[in-house]
Amino acid sequence: MEHRPLKAETDTREHLVVIGNGMAGCRAVEELIARDPNRYRVTIFGAEPRVNYNRIMLSPVLAGEKSFDDIVINDAGWYADNGIALIAGDPVAHIDRDTKTVTTRSGLAESYDRLLIATGSDPFIIPVPGKDLPGVIAFRDMDDVDTMLAAADAGGDAVVIGGGLLGLEAAHGLSLRGMKVTVIHLMPTLMERQLDEAAGWLLKNALEARGQTILTGADTAEIIGTGKVEGVKLKDGTLIPASLVVMAVGIRPSVALARDAGLAVGRGIQVDDHMVTSDPAVLAVGECVEHDGQVYGLVAPLWDMCRSLADGLVEQPTGYRGSFTSTKLKVSGIDVFSAGDFSGGDGCEDIVLRDASRGVYKRVIVKGDRIVGAVLYGDTADGNWYFDLLKKQEDVSDLRDLLIFGQAFAAGGGAADPKAAVAALSDDAEICGCNGVTKGQVVSCIAKGAHSLDAVRGTCKASASCGSCTGLVENLLALTLGDDVQSGPKTMCKCTSFGHDDVRREIVAQAMRSIPEVMQKLHWTTPDGCSSCRPALNYYLLCALPGEYVDDQQSRFVNERLHANIQKDGTYSVVPRMWGGLTNPTELRAIADVVEKYNAPMVKVTGGQRLDIFGIKKEDLPAVWADLNAAGMVSGHAYGKALRTVKTCVGSEWCRFGTQDSTGLGVRIERMSWGSWMPHKFKIAVSGCPRNCAEATIKDFGVVCVDSGYELHVGGNGGIHVRATDLLCKVANEQEAMDYCAAFIQLYREEARYLERTAPWIERVGLAHIVARIVDDEPGREALRARFLYSQSFSQDDPWAQRAEGAEAEHHAPMARFIPQGETA
Amino acid sequence: MSTAEWLDIGWIDQIPVRGSRTVQVEGGDDIAVFRTAEGKVFALLDRCPHKHGRLSQGIVHGGAVACPLHNWRISLSTGEALGDDKGCTPTVPVKIDGGRVLICRASTLKAAA
Repeated sequence: MEHRPLKAETDTREHLVVIGNGMAGCRAVEELIARDPNRYRVTIFGAEPRVNYNRIMLSPVLAGEKSFDDIVINDAGWYADNGIALIAGDPVAHIDRDTKTVTTRSGLAESYDRLLIATGSDPFIIPVPGKDLPGVIAFRDMDDVDTMLAAADAGGDAVVIGGGLLGLEAAHGLSLRGMKVTVIHLMPTLMERQLDEAAGWLLKNALEARGQTILTGADTAEIIGTGKVEGVKLKDGTLIPASLVVMAVGIRPSVALARDAGLAVGRGIQVDDHMVTSDPAVLAVGECVEHDGQVYGLVAPLWDMCRSLADGLVEQPTGYRGSFTSTKLKVSGIDVFSAGDFSGGDGCEDIVLRDASRGVYKRVIVKGDRIVGAVLYGDTADGNWYFDLLKKQEDVSDLRDLLIFGQAFAAGGGAADPKAAVAALSDDAEICGCNGVTKGQVVSCIAKGAHSLDAVRGTCKASASCGSCTGLVENLLALTLGDDVQSGPKTMCKCTSFGHDDVRREIVAQAMRSIPEVMQKLHWTTPDGCSSCRPALNYYLLCALPGEYVDDQQSRFVNERLHANIQKDGTYSVVPRMWGGLTNPTELRAIADVVEKYNAPMVKVTGGQRLDIFGIKKEDLPAVWADLNAAGMVSGHAYGKALRTVKTCVGSEWCRFGTQDSTGLGVRIERMSWGSWMPHKFKIAVSGCPRNCAEATIKDFGVVCVDSGYELHVGGNGGIHVRATDLLCKVANEQEAMDYCAAFIQLYREEARYLERTAPWIERVGLAHIVARIVDDEPGREALRARFLYSQSFSQDDPWAQRAEGAEAEHHAPMARFIPQGETA
Repeated sequence: MSTAEWLDIGWIDQIPVRGSRTVQVEGGDDIAVFRTAEGKVFALLDRCPHKHGRLSQGIVHGGAVACPLHNWRISLSTGEALGDDKGCTPTVPVKIDGGRVLICRASTLKAAA
């Protein structure tokens, strides 16, 4: 395709040659023509055999919403009308700066006075085996779209590698075209550059609901197939069939031409504020450039650059100063928006609004009275307003309380005080949408004596469900009572207005399945929680969904993450399990060998009848565990909110006072209950007679054997506040003792708050409650026991064995070693 | 690639999200390199200003890490203790280049010494 309206020899103007017929190259020419249509003779070289089209609109073409003609920006007439020569389908292969000439692949040469490089980006192809198979493509130009359309016509399975904007658009289009689409994304959340974790999670749910399969945290190992692509294999061994693989893992500035020509190139072609490269005769613009250390992949900065470039070409004194970027887009019909810096950090405060029923998440990040970033999901109407406030660096302190509700609300003038806004509401205005409670009903409930948030929630139910109206209810309390408002029970942490019991109840009632889901549905005020709520939520979900919930390691305290106890010098102590406090020569030898081999400075007999090896380095832990595993020992969970020890005395087998086989029963109880995660640590003991040598009456669950059976004790504690157990009941045989133990553990697991030992739990709920559930209600007890045993069927894999075999090795090894005057290793 | 100014310590993907890895410096303290939920990377001396706990082993949330020993919250960007606690851990400049994590050589030496 060629348009050659002017002969060079008849035109004495300076010759501007543009390499790149895409969005940046043509836009720069448009800007130039707008300033001075006659200044330069222009020739544009394009690699694709097409006129200038809107690359951003390839997605609607793929989705069938637009045709190619709809997305053409400048048709052939534009080139002709402006006297521009277009050489399309013959890419420039070489730049000779000495002779000021460019040469195309077919050998066509053209000399220039000014050269503009607008080569854009190249898709990044991940270097896995099979990447060159037919059927593996990128998503960058119209040819890729044609390939995808042909594949969709044939039907079948498609895999999109990359869960960024481009990948999701490809997936959406292919899905609409009838293909069964799987998206493979390396990172834990989708579009992690534009969206925070909470918004990414919402997006994933919505896309899955539309029939796509989304695999996050999934690493591609290879693309398989003979002669053509047949599937994708992940590093975890999963095999996904595919007749088409779209790689959309990112783009890289296309700099090869510029680099070969000897221009200064960093991540992109380096340019100054007028987009001039290291050669004054050569300019560059768009995604291929690096300005002030930044490269841009969005269209708005590109427009800014083109304006500055054109100003420079006609000697107007403005320059490019970098761009603030925002992303506002629809993915599968879902509105998302992000702008600025949403990574948080010092002095940054988050204002978060979550409206679970509408599927809305909004987060504005404020620093020193100014907006520095925003993430919106589901409702992006105010995106431009936030972006405007951000760009203008406006002081938002006056708007702050209402900022998150959007422009319409915040600009309400007199309503800037939230208390005044609530006061202005009529009595029949609805406060709580979930429970249909009006302002009048809340006020009357407060007047009748509900003087705290919790009391209001308990009586008229306002804010008791999703909690999004908590602020309104609190303002009503303050308006009605002034300083007489009573603070309610403690909330879980500063991230939520709910207490532990409320959160647990809602997790079960709403069948929540992940930490981000809980945070969204219960309107967390922070983006990713804190060190108090994350471990608690992780436990509650683990308890509610045995065998299904995937433990979040980053929500675990270090001891539970490393399966050992951190000591004050940063080393760890290791306690292997000794069932019922019994050991044997093999175990003792293995422990002695470990102590010598790893130079452990101390070994101590613990209060729980085991041996604690101190001073083990983090890097040595897997090797230590492998040695202990080899002698048949497993993790003692001395580090966990979990079953610790079952302490025993020798019982009837040896002791002249012993009434029952306390050692044997202790071992059996430990075999049943080891590995279970609990709200807090849990200790058990079995004594063979009322002399109680195993100190069973200061344990969480204690058995004291007597001639006629087994006394079961609960809620003892030997810590700061010593508490003797309460006698729960007496049972006749070992099996009953085991069954009651399992039921009691499960009741504690399901009802106690995270980090609440059995002693304060029983004092809080009362022994009568425990007796009613465990002793009086036989079917209930059986059900509790069955739930415990079911949960245990997933939790008795030795975590040490998994680590010793190399699982999560990164927890143990440093990332790099640095020897001063040397180099990283 | 390491230079006179920067030490190349590895790929960003080697650091778990909301987690940390360490860089051992011979003859000095470790450097803890953090990656937040939003993909920002920070480096601090791996030592809490309070009782020298290993910050790399703490829970990372928002732009802070909670020390595993006594739950002090330390800002990842400034190293300052947050809330009512007072104290500061030295920070090390970090940059990401083409997916590689680079930490400042001079600051690493100074912090770890």
